[in-house]
Amino acid sequence: MRNMWIIAKRELYGYFATPMAFIFIAIFVALNGAFTFYIGRFFDRGQATLEAFFSFHPWLYLLLVPAVAMRLWAEERKSGTIEQLLTLPITTADAVVGKHLAAWIFCGSALALTFPIWITVSYLGDPDNGVIAVSYFGSFLMAGAFLSIGSCMSALTRNQIVAFIAASAVCFIFTMSGLDLVLNFFRGWAPGFLIDAIAATSFLVRFESITRGVIELRDLIFFLSMMVFWLFASTVAVDSKKAA
Amino acid sequence: METMVELDHLSKHFGSFVAVDDISLQVAKGEVLGFLGPNGAGKSTTMRMVAGFLTPTSGTVTVCGHDVVDDPVAVKSRIGYMAEGSPSYEDMTVRAFLSFIADIRGIPKNARAGRIGEVVEKIALEEVIDRSIDVLSKGYKRRVGMAQAIIHDPPVLILDEPTDGLDPNQKHHVRSLIEEMAPEKVIIISTHILEEVEAVCSRAVIIGNGKLLADGTADALLSQLPDHNAVCIVTAAASANDLKSKLQLIEGVDKIDQVDRGEGTAQLRCLPANGMSILDRVSEAARSSGIAFTEIYQDRGDLDTMFRQITVTEGGSRHA
Repeated sequence: MRNMWIIAKRELYGYFATPMAFIFIAIFVALNGAFTFYIGRFFDRGQATLEAFFSFHPWLYLLLVPAVAMRLWAEERKSGTIEQLLTLPITTADAVVGKHLAAWIFCGSALALTFPIWITVSYLGDPDNGVIAVSYFGSFLMAGAFLSIGSCMSALTRNQIVAFIAASAVCFIFTMSGLDLVLNFFRGWAPGFLIDAIAATSFLVRFESITRGVIELRDLIFFLSMMVFWLFASTVAVDSKKAA
Repeated sequence: METMVELDHLSKHFGSFVAVDDISLQVAKGEVLGFLGPNGAGKSTTMRMVAGFLTPTSGTVTVCGHDVVDDPVAVKSRIGYMAEGSPSYEDMTVRAFLSFIADIRGIPKNARAGRIGEVVEKIALEEVIDRSIDVLSKGYKRRVGMAQAIIHDPPVLILDEPTDGLDPNQKHHVRSLIEEMAPEKVIIISTHILEEVEAVCSRAVIIGNGKLLADGTADALLSQLPDHNAVCIVTAAASANDLKSKLQLIEGVDKIDQVDRGEGTAQLRCLPANGMSILDRVSEAARSSGIAFTEIYQDRGDLDTMFRQITVTEGGSRHA
């Protein structure tokens, strides 16, 4: 645990060493505002909820989270610092989890900085703060799951752009898998349990169920096991690809 | 002497390419071992396996009694490793970077600043301590790599080409650092510079195409070099043939090459039989011949020629 935290601290230092981190946070917050107020028609709804705000998160994360994750390993390999990192007295898992943790904290702080939207809705009406808190937590969980996919893609290449595109593509599959667009493709021929299984891997479906205000254990387990799986895959990828 | 690093039938394959081929050796405390060999010979790959970065395809590495595959963290915590080109986190300042390394190397918080101060003084990094690593010169970057390798005072130090790209002063500094630390540690360095072997290594191995080709004290190794102990005499071109015929009579002189040096001078290169020292005899004979000469010196041998021979005789399948 101690080693993971030291790695995470170093990684966070890396995020904030350049203005990129602040630009990213600014874009994230601005896009959230734009989506909520314009596309989500927050005012026209006349409801004191943040449903409009949260409904865009999966789509926002699809582009922004891979951008955070792409440098995690690709950069280490490109610059050769991976050799420095992995000859320190830590395990590969320490490094993988530590880096993921840093990226997660970074996304979490970007998410936390959207609080003015919550202030707005509280000022205008009387929202259910429990639902909002749970939705924030769900959004944070989903970001972590997206990041773990991004971490794995980043570990597979030394090119950050490739890592970004691959992560976006995989995240897109996991987001879309709950939509009829995808499910209809299988409905004609696949057995029911398979369709249910595909639908069950959808981030979108899971996240929507959380934003209704209840965190079910299975949704929590889904996001956590997604992270465990992809971080484990990252560890394998780092170990097998480090010399290439 | 206490064996601290042991390589046992170590091999590493990358696909069908054999980078390291069945290397076995033992290094004891107090030894400075030089890895010699042309680029792509397998020096870095071997060091990376000892440092725990690469997993051996077969064979074992044991450092201070711990196996690198079974207990990598124990091995890594006993090693200070500077990779080739000493890559470090360029976005950090020297202080932040060393502090990160000290932290993860388990130096307690209250001792950290003191230890960083010591290392910075030892390596002469005071001037750049608060600068970002990406703006440092190559020499300073190399020194930062050195500093992170010794910050936890490891019993085993592995330095991959520690003086590559440094200016003569910096090279000298690095070598004296190595000498200073040598009695307490096992130090393994890789190099392709002959003078470095002479200056710091107590023992040297030659690696070519992944194989261990020679292993011995630095002096013993030097004596195996082609042209070792050859004696060169520079004389006027007009009298070169005369002198050559006289020198050829000396016992122990195997062969004499004549090279035109321009400006009316020629160099005679006397190659000894069996690498024996013939300087005394040659200079004696030259003096007694009465023919004037302007220079006479003994050659230490030529590592480059040896490397070329290794690469050619081993089939020339080189890996860049």
